[in-house]
Amino acid sequence: MRSDFRARNHPAYWAFIMHRISGVGLAAFLPVHFWALGQALQGEAALDAFLRWSEQPLVKLSEIVLVLLLSAHMAGGARLLALEFLAWRDWEKSLLAAAAGVSIAAALGFALNLFF
Amino acid sequence: MSTLHVRIWRGGEEGSFQAFDVPRLESQTVLDVVTYIQRSLDPTLSYRFACRVGMCGSCAMTVNGRARWTCRTHVAKVATGGLLELAPLANLPVIKDLVADMTPFFDKWARARGRFQGTRTRKDDFARVSPDTEQRRLADAGIECIGCGVCYSSCDVVAWNPDYLGPAALNRAWTLLNDVRDADGRARLAAVAGDAGCHACHTHMNCTERCPKGLAPTASIAGLKRATALAALRGELAVTE
Repeated sequence: MRSDFRARNHPAYWAFIMHRISGVGLAAFLPVHFWALGQALQGEAALDAFLRWSEQPLVKLSEIVLVLLLSAHMAGGARLLALEFLAWRDWEKSLLAAAAGVSIAAALGFALNLFF
Repeated sequence: MSTLHVRIWRGGEEGSFQAFDVPRLESQTVLDVVTYIQRSLDPTLSYRFACRVGMCGSCAMTVNGRARWTCRTHVAKVATGGLLELAPLANLPVIKDLVADMTPFFDKWARARGRFQGTRTRKDDFARVSPDTEQRRLADAGIECIGCGVCYSSCDVVAWNPDYLGPAALNRAWTLLNDVRDADGRARLAAVAGDAGCHACHTHMNCTERCPKGLAPTASIAGLKRATALAALRGELAVTE
């Protein structure tokens, strides 16, 4: 017999889901990132054209999501390292809250910098 | 008197939920509900219990989707909307109705070398272990496990890899590893360092979240990860599996 979502509905499991989604998302983005950098191989004009295209509002907005994925994966990874390598008992949930706070703050900081 | 609507798993691996209406009483536990159904409504219902006070670990079931000890779970805490759904523990074979086969669970305690291996005899004096020492403190943190199987039933890694030793067996290995009287540490580390051992844990923390005794098997597994890695670096780890 298998358990369903009710058995998994707690903060640490949501942290796992977020870590997995951000990891897969970043892995999927990486080839696009290298392709964009690879435009420089075709000469300065090709890269500049792509960079101009990336100035569009929708692309800029998606950059915020990218920064959120990056910061969430990094903060979540730091949380896991702390859980695995440091002695711990009672501060596990605080660590989770801190990781979530850091990643959201990083994404919001990036968004503010973008618009102001 | 109000009524509690209860759905209970009937059958083995294949089966279905059967509905019962049970009188709702004050301070009623989930185990009280199951006992009422068996004694007053359907004597063919199978379930397991012994101590009724949270010591023996035999009455664990899936209550409204979560593994719980039923003797110390009040209906008021879990039956939102007057509904109770009871199933056998997940990740274990079902024998009948609410009774899961605990054999794989306890076999894994043996595979993790969960048996104390002392060096003294009854003719020797008591071993004196100060409560202040770091190892005693670490062992104490995980020692209150009652073997109910709630963590094992809640663990996704067990569901993904049926060979995975699981949180309870690994927690047991960790407490013994920190028992200064035990002489089987090296073999135990080797037993928990394989593919189905501590390094398979994904730190979902389902076990720690659900343990009715408030233990943190995730912390014990993290300790084993560090201990096995250190032993491997020192060339002291001989994994045979």
